[in-house]
Amino acid sequence: MSRRRDDRLTWETFSEGLWRENPVFVMLLGMCPVLAVTNSAVNALAMGLATTFVLVASGLLVSLLARYIPKQVRIATYIVIIATFVTLIDYTIQAISLDLYNALGAFIQLIVVNCIILGRAEAYASRNRPLKAVVNAAGMGAGFTFALLCLGGVRELLGAGSLFGFDLFGPNFQPWVVMVLPPGGFLVLGGWLLLFDWLKQRGRETEPLPRGETLHGR
Amino acid sequence: MNAPTLQPRTPATAMLVVLGGIAMLSGLLVVLAAQLTAPRIAENQRQAIERALVKVIPGSVTYRRYKVEEGRLLPAGEADDDILYAGYDDRGRLLGIAARAAAQGYADMIYLLYGYDPGCECIRGIQVLKLAETPGLGDKIMKDPDFLKNFEALDARLDAAGTALLNPIVTVKHGSKRNPWEIDAISGATISSRAVGKALNRSAQKLLPAIHPLLQQIHRLEEKG
Repeated sequence: MSRRRDDRLTWETFSEGLWRENPVFVMLLGMCPVLAVTNSAVNALAMGLATTFVLVASGLLVSLLARYIPKQVRIATYIVIIATFVTLIDYTIQAISLDLYNALGAFIQLIVVNCIILGRAEAYASRNRPLKAVVNAAGMGAGFTFALLCLGGVRELLGAGSLFGFDLFGPNFQPWVVMVLPPGGFLVLGGWLLLFDWLKQRGRETEPLPRGETLHGR
Repeated sequence: MNAPTLQPRTPATAMLVVLGGIAMLSGLLVVLAAQLTAPRIAENQRQAIERALVKVIPGSVTYRRYKVEEGRLLPAGEADDDILYAGYDDRGRLLGIAARAAAQGYADMIYLLYGYDPGCECIRGIQVLKLAETPGLGDKIMKDPDFLKNFEALDARLDAAGTALLNPIVTVKHGSKRNPWEIDAISGATISSRAVGKALNRSAQKLLPAIHPLLQQIHRLEEKG
């Protein structure tokens, strides 16, 4: 969380959600939609975009109103704001495509309780000026969408042999069905977490260590 | 942590004003969104039903909605329960009747639309409207070609008294279909296959005896309209 009091808008404001504080791969937040709706790339993308919209819109409103909200009722207020934008996106998805709406099921409405959004409202949007809050929320949303796509892409590829609905492997491909079932979500998430941790570890090993410190323990 | 603070207490009115204001703003936005999207959503639903109707009543181009109440045929709206759709070809001849059916599947309720052809007294096709069956197993009932072959002409004749089906529609074990009123289950998706049979039997047992005496009216109504 940004503890710095400086008000400058930097690339970091956006990129920390994308990479250093990625909500899924680093903070492990919002696991419910991450595991549940990533059985295809299209579902993952739609869920990511819907969550990004709610993040950005509620971040803006919370940041604008933060000064006027008494702290005793702030959580209730944030939830009402978030629920409003979730309802908007719920109607919008129904208007765009019923198939998509049925595929995402209850998880659209459940964006309300996604801890990334309330967490951002409480820890960031309410303490920063609107522009910064919006940029940061967009970064978090992009990071969340990226993570969902990582899972959705792999699961659809292995579990159905297609990507975004396009058949890639032809009729002889025997789908690895478990990948589009709930256990596949856990397997693929585990795989990605391993990869990201390994990348982080390797990044640390190549950095010169401060004097007197070894890699494993002090 | 919970020691009394020295900060001035927020007056209750401020909280009420903020919560009330936010709630009003929220209500306004939600109503606006509902109003703006309602026509598109209704249109999407109509298209979804029509796409399914074309498949279960092959060759049909226009549709009328009806419901049967106490032996009488009444026009119905999309929102009514137990509606049935009469499908006509381009010259206004009745081709078939479609209705919804539902039964408990493996994961959740399976909702179907099925088409009944009064000419052959058989079911001509099914379309899944909504299901939550296991991908790769139960959801085969939507596209498995061998399974869908069951519904090219599934026997649904009425008995002599016209009060029930002559032979109840049943799902039988994979590979043991002998009669035209039996549905050959998909192996590996037996529960979902059985649910389809159960849904069709339950709905047909109720709908077909009720609709049969009224079939002439459906023809006639179309001529008038």
